[in-house]
This record gives sequence, structure tokens and C-alpha cells, in this order.
Amino acid sequence: MRAILISRWTKVALFLICLIPFGILVWRSLKGELGANPVEFLQHATGDWTLRFLIFTLCITPFRKLFKLPDLIRFRRMLGLFAFFYVCLHFLTYLGPDQSFDLSAMWKDVAKRPFITVGFLGFVLLIPLAITSTAGWIRRLGGKRWQMLHRAIYVSALAGVIHYYWLVKSDVRKPLFYGALVGILLLWRVGDWLVKRGKQAPVTAGSQSVSVNPT
Amino acid sequence: MLIRKAPDLTYADVTPKSVYLNRRKFLRDMGIVGAAAFAGKGLFDLALTPQVAFAGTKFTGLVKSPFSTTEKQNTFEDVTHYNNFYEFGTNKGDPAKNATKFNTSNWKVSVEGEVKTPRKFTMDDILKIAPLEERIYRHRCVEAWSIVVPWIGFSFSNLAKLVEPTAKAQYVAFESYFDPSQMPEAKYAGIDFPYVEGLRLDEAMNPLALLCVGMYGETLANQDGAPVRMILPWKYGFKSTKSLVKIKFQSKMPPTTWNRLASNEYGFYANVNPNVDHPRWSQAKERRLGEIFKRPTLMFNGYSDQVAAMYNGMDLKKNY
Repeated sequence: MRAILISRWTKVALFLICLIPFGILVWRSLKGELGANPVEFLQHATGDWTLRFLIFTLCITPFRKLFKLPDLIRFRRMLGLFAFFYVCLHFLTYLGPDQSFDLSAMWKDVAKRPFITVGFLGFVLLIPLAITSTAGWIRRLGGKRWQMLHRAIYVSALAGVIHYYWLVKSDVRKPLFYGALVGILLLWRVGDWLVKRGKQAPVTAGSQSVSVNPT
Repeated sequence: MLIRKAPDLTYADVTPKSVYLNRRKFLRDMGIVGAAAFAGKGLFDLALTPQVAFAGTKFTGLVKSPFSTTEKQNTFEDVTHYNNFYEFGTNKGDPAKNATKFNTSNWKVSVEGEVKTPRKFTMDDILKIAPLEERIYRHRCVEAWSIVVPWIGFSFSNLAKLVEPTAKAQYVAFESYFDPSQMPEAKYAGIDFPYVEGLRLDEAMNPLALLCVGMYGETLANQDGAPVRMILPWKYGFKSTKSLVKIKFQSKMPPTTWNRLASNEYGFYANVNPNVDHPRWSQAKERRLGEIFKRPTLMFNGYSDQVAAMYNGMDLKKNY
């Protein structure tokens, strides 16, 4: 398993796999097979893939720990950047066909409609994360601060789910499904943090934690 | 306090290493399979192009209507593969797939309530009520997309006059067919069925209000509300009840499906109005299917001359 994970080719293969949804969209666009409402088709597809890639990115840390596969870390940045790639396409389908590239109209829309506001927030939050995803930025910021900054992905993923939930009219199954996945991945982190804190407690709290058994 | 002594555990009680390692491997495999399935399902859905062909019965001798627009019509393909018909699924492509076997034979429409001669109409009865016209109407969905469709039918008032509404009739309630065994997807729609809608009597009697039995020269496709439906071109699409089985004239304002679900978002009137936004999105513009950029939405969907007078003196921001 480890040999596969650390192979250079695995990274190349994953990169190509991550491009498949984009490839299908381009191919279908060229063939004119985007259905009756091509713009909406592209909006929904790119939105879906943004959420999926955010979820894949959030899976890396739990999978590393649960399955003792620390080498999975090699793919986290790529998955995160693909989430950013798809959210940029998603944003472009909104700025272009929906807002006719009119920035002032876009700002009004962002300010007025909660579902757009929250989606826009999720998008904007990912920009600094994409910029600071390089090794150079990790060094410049320092590991702790970099990690703090990159926790913004949790907010972004939640914003994406709410954005989707507020869009649909009555059938909330898909947004709830994404919400459940993001929820599980966040709860796992809370659990992991509590366990860690519990282990550290005797060291940090000293004698206080050594309680006398009542008899 | 009594502290119980733990039962003696022996070495045999320890989970063998191979078992817990397998368990871990199983969990890992499940995690990986789950993630792969999640990605694979998405890719599969994205790559698939569902195409279903339909053939209706042709109508002949259709009368041209002065209400028809000369705008470019949408294709039959678009109008039959982009549908909101939640009884058959909530994705736009679902009704085309799930309504193919919808049984519309021996159809009856019950017309009842505050009328002198309540009656059950068969489809043959309905087709004989008045000469069939082709009316090319703009159709504007509350979701801010629109289409141009050559519908076939006649003014609803023709049917109303046959049953003679009494003086008590102030409103007309419409009800769609509902059969959970034919519409298994309906349970996921998030709305109550049967689908109900309603109009004020004067709205129903407006000549634009079409009792529709066909489109594109033939009978209605199942996913477009076969065999008979309403078409109200100055209102958002959800007001135009599909697959009608009951029409009731009554003195009280009837409940309507989307209003019941979210009254702040969907009013009783639901007239197309670019100045009154849906709380979650703008109604100022719409995307005509087949176009990339949005076009401005017209007051009453461009039918002001025919319908605006019915709403004189009404605050349309309150009566949305």
C-alpha cells in the first residue's frame, strides 16, 4: 500500500482522475449535450464537484489516522486545489451567464440574497487557502499559523452545504447528504481533539487530575 | 459505594491480532470503497445522457390564435426533457424518465362544487367542448427560466360555461391526479400530494386561461401534464396544474400546494412580476432556454394588455 501511495505515478494518476469531471463537461459542451438549460447544468455540476472535492480533502486526515496511512497527506493539497478549481468554474458560471460580467450587479446580488452571500463567502474563503498552499507559504507563515488559516476550509465546506440547502425548493435530500458527510468529518475532528486533550490532561493539569477514589 | 470486581479475564478473551487487524483492514477498505463509490456515482451521472423518445397522437385542423407570440419556439426536445413535475421526481430530467408508463387511459375530470350541472368529463367529451386552437405562449417558471411553447386547447371559460357556475362561485380549485404506485418518486418531493392550485373566478374566465390538451401539434407528453392541464401564461408555471382530475367551483379561496409549503415565497396569485423578487432569488430577469445570458422579465410575462385590469387597485407586493 505504502509503495503505491508514495509513487510519483500515483500523484499523476490522481491528477488526471480529478480532471475527469472537467473533461466530461468540456466534451459534453462541445457536443451540445448539456440538456435544455446548459448554464444551469454547468452550474450544478461545478457546484457538486466543488462540494465533493472539499469532502475528499476533509477525508484525508481522518483516513490517515484511522487507517494508519500517513502517506495520504501527499494528496491533500491537490484535492484542495481541485476544489478551488471547480469553485472558480462555478463562480464564473454565475458571474458570466447570470450576472453578464457586471460586477456592480453581482455585488448587489451577493449582498441581497443569503444563499448567494453564503456561497460567495465559501468561495472567497478558499482564495487565501489556495494562494498559501505552497511549501514556501507554509514556511513563511509557520506551521501553526498556516494550520489555523487552513481551518477555514471547515467554514467553507459548511457554507457550501448551506448555499445548496437554501437553493433547493423542497427536495433537500442531496444537500442533506453533503451536510451529513461534512458533519461526520467535522465531528470526527472534534472527537479526535477531545481524545487528545484527555490524554494530555494528566500532564498539563498535574495533581488535580489524580483524584482520590471515594470509598 | 460498592465497587464491583471485574470478572476475571483470561488470555483467551483477548481479541486475536489477526481479527482486529482484519477489522481495521475492513474499515479501511470500506472507507476507500465508500469514497470511490461517491466519486464514481458522480462521474457516472455526469457522463450519462438520458434520451427518451415520445410519440403523441396528432391533432388536425387547429385554429390559429391571436394570443400567439411570434417569438422563437423552444424545441420539443427541451420542453419534454426539462420538467418540474414533482410527482415523477424533482430533477428536471426525472419526469421524462419516470412518466413514460403513466397510464392516462379512461381519464375523467370531475367538475363540481358551486355549479348548476356538475359533471364528469371524459377526454372525448373535453375535446368536443370547443374548437381546438394552437396558442404559442411564453411560459415563465418561478425559478427564473422561461420557454415558448405551442400549446393546444381552448379557453377554460368554455368548460366553465357548460357547467354554469352559480352566484356563490368566487374561486376555482384545481387538483392533479395522484397515485403513489405510479408515482413512487413523489414521496421524496418534500411537498404534499395531490397537487392543488386555485384561481379567482375572473382569472379562470380570462380568455388567456387555457385548458390544454396538447402541444407541438399532438397530445401532451406525459411529463408535460397529460392528458389535460391548465396553462396560465401570465402566472408562474406552478399555477398551471398538470394532469387535472378535479375542478371545483367554490366560494372560498382554495389552498394551493406551494403556498402551503412556504407562504412567504409563493403567494396565491403568483403573477409574473419582475418588481417583486422571490425571497431567495431575483425575478427581474430570466433565462430563456437555449440562451446563455438572461433577458429582462416582463410584467405579467408580457400579457398586461389581457390581464392587468383584473388586478387594478391591488398591492401586488402584498398579493404576490
